[in-house]
Amino acid sequence: MTRSWLIPVVLLALAVALPFAVPTYYVQFVSKALIMGILAMALNLAVGHGGMVSLCHAAFFGLAGYVLALMSPGYDPASLLLTLPVAVLASAAAALVIGALALRTRGVYFIMVTLAFGEMLFFLFHDTGIAGGSDGAYVNAKPELAIAGRQLLDLGSPLVFYFVVLAFLLGVVALLTMLVQSPFGHALAAARDNERRARSLGFPIFRIRLTAFVVSGAIAGVAGYFAAAQFGFVAPQMLGWHLSATVLVMVLIGGLRSVTGPLIGALVLIGLEELLKATTDYWKLIEGVIVIFIVLAMPNGVRQLWPLIFGSSKNADAKPAAVPTEVKHV
Amino acid sequence: MDLVTFGVQLLNAIQYGMVLFLVASGLTLVFGILGVINLAHGAFYMLGAYLAYWIAAYTGSFWIAMVAGVAIAFVVGLLLESVFIRRLYGRDHLAQVLLSFGLILVIDEFREIAFGKDVHSVAPPAWLAGSFQLTDNLSYPVYRLAICVFCLAVAALIFLVITRTKIGMIVRAGAENREMTRVLGIKFDVVNRYVFAVGIALAALGGIVIAPISTVFPGMGDGMLILSFVVVVLGGIGSVAGAAVGALLIGLTDTFGKVFFPSVSSILIYVLMAAVLLWRPNGILGRREV
Repeated sequence: MTRSWLIPVVLLALAVALPFAVPTYYVQFVSKALIMGILAMALNLAVGHGGMVSLCHAAFFGLAGYVLALMSPGYDPASLLLTLPVAVLASAAAALVIGALALRTRGVYFIMVTLAFGEMLFFLFHDTGIAGGSDGAYVNAKPELAIAGRQLLDLGSPLVFYFVVLAFLLGVVALLTMLVQSPFGHALAAARDNERRARSLGFPIFRIRLTAFVVSGAIAGVAGYFAAAQFGFVAPQMLGWHLSATVLVMVLIGGLRSVTGPLIGALVLIGLEELLKATTDYWKLIEGVIVIFIVLAMPNGVRQLWPLIFGSSKNADAKPAAVPTEVKHV
Repeated sequence: MDLVTFGVQLLNAIQYGMVLFLVASGLTLVFGILGVINLAHGAFYMLGAYLAYWIAAYTGSFWIAMVAGVAIAFVVGLLLESVFIRRLYGRDHLAQVLLSFGLILVIDEFREIAFGKDVHSVAPPAWLAGSFQLTDNLSYPVYRLAICVFCLAVAALIFLVITRTKIGMIVRAGAENREMTRVLGIKFDVVNRYVFAVGIALAALGGIVIAPISTVFPGMGDGMLILSFVVVVLGGIGSVAGAAVGALLIGLTDTFGKVFFPSVSSILIYVLMAAVLLWRPNGILGRREV
């Protein structure tokens, strides 16, 4: 326990050193993985900590990306200070509306309702002419951080972009850790573990869950904003439920009960996808088999292997207490 | 809108709703009895359509394709239940969502290996290929009418089985109170396997009957999955009658939405779902707290 700070510090040092040690392609690749890590951590606030299995987080992710695309003035860079808050607010607003409706239901209904509303946003961008319909739209220039005309950060440089994403990721980790450990986080966990008891203790369950859902959607928006900025392109598939389900897989791989677990899950899954894509045309088949295997063989996520691999780790996260207990929703 | 056009659109709405009902009733049965949410349901709808295309291309007969397609789907359902799905009973919904997502990835890739990415079409049986001449410039395909009749017959069969037979009694009791039904001596091992296979077969049947009027394409399962979910949310989980009500509501909303409000038609069914959620969160015919 005394050295529980060691692993995060080493990892952070590695993350800072990494872009100076590898070619640009990998800097961009890791940036992408970190962005997906932000998305996975955001989703886990709802799924792992709140017990709300959402299948519409890709919609919040994609919506923020579309806001950036729509606000980008032609071939000039958009202002980060203006577009990022608007994009995140848009995602939060969508999460508020969808959450308020979906949280009238429980369990399997919640899954279906979030899936359906997520697809509604998908069709909104796919079928109507907003931002290019099914063809998507370009974000021609990366947003710039400038004050009074002076550019502070050039996001066009992969190195700068990487560190900006890393900074936001650290901010998200700090925010989520604070939230989860706060009285609010405990109330959220109580509602997940025993709704009836939490309700009879007087917790406003609906408001607590909705707040968590909106925060989760807003952070997903941060990830979507940077994803759109990095790829320079948005398409309706960014909002599709296949992405939502893939991020759920990341959450499961990383473990449901920790803040940073899903980040590891994202890095593992994206690394795996990259490896599979390089070796076979049928990578989805193998990924599908792996997903099925993980669900059937490791009900508590890949994390339960970690103590076996690393020995009895002193990392607090790997202790049995962090292994998720089965929560039945029916 | 004159009366003939209205009638044609109404028929379209019913036909669309009936196919939706076939697929969604499978989904709601599987959830009601097995307690498993199956995201791969849409994938079996797609598989049905591809089987219809493949078998009809080989044998030249749509009817053989239909019977063989449903039989194959049924057997695949039996196999999947005994290998994968039965391990999900009692697991949380997250595990069910992810396992069925894994199945989708696998099925999609098999489809890609076997049939490629191309769009295919299937010819309806020759004697159903024509169309009724309604007015000088308005005709209605016989096949669409045949779908209505066929789906109504299947729906009637489902209702008869559920309301009049012992199997139906077990299914209703299982959806109502699973534990009590088990205590009364019903072996759910067997019931589960067959209900899952029937659910999959219904999804495939939906894909088969739709194949001649729609095209057969890779992403067709996704759209159907979402629609089936909306149907189940509208009607109430586990309720076959609710699925019928929900499916017809969506058929009407979508068809007339496209006529009257073409620009927002794809959003309308979700507005309908939101309204039902505000009004009755457990579905129109749903009683159970889920």
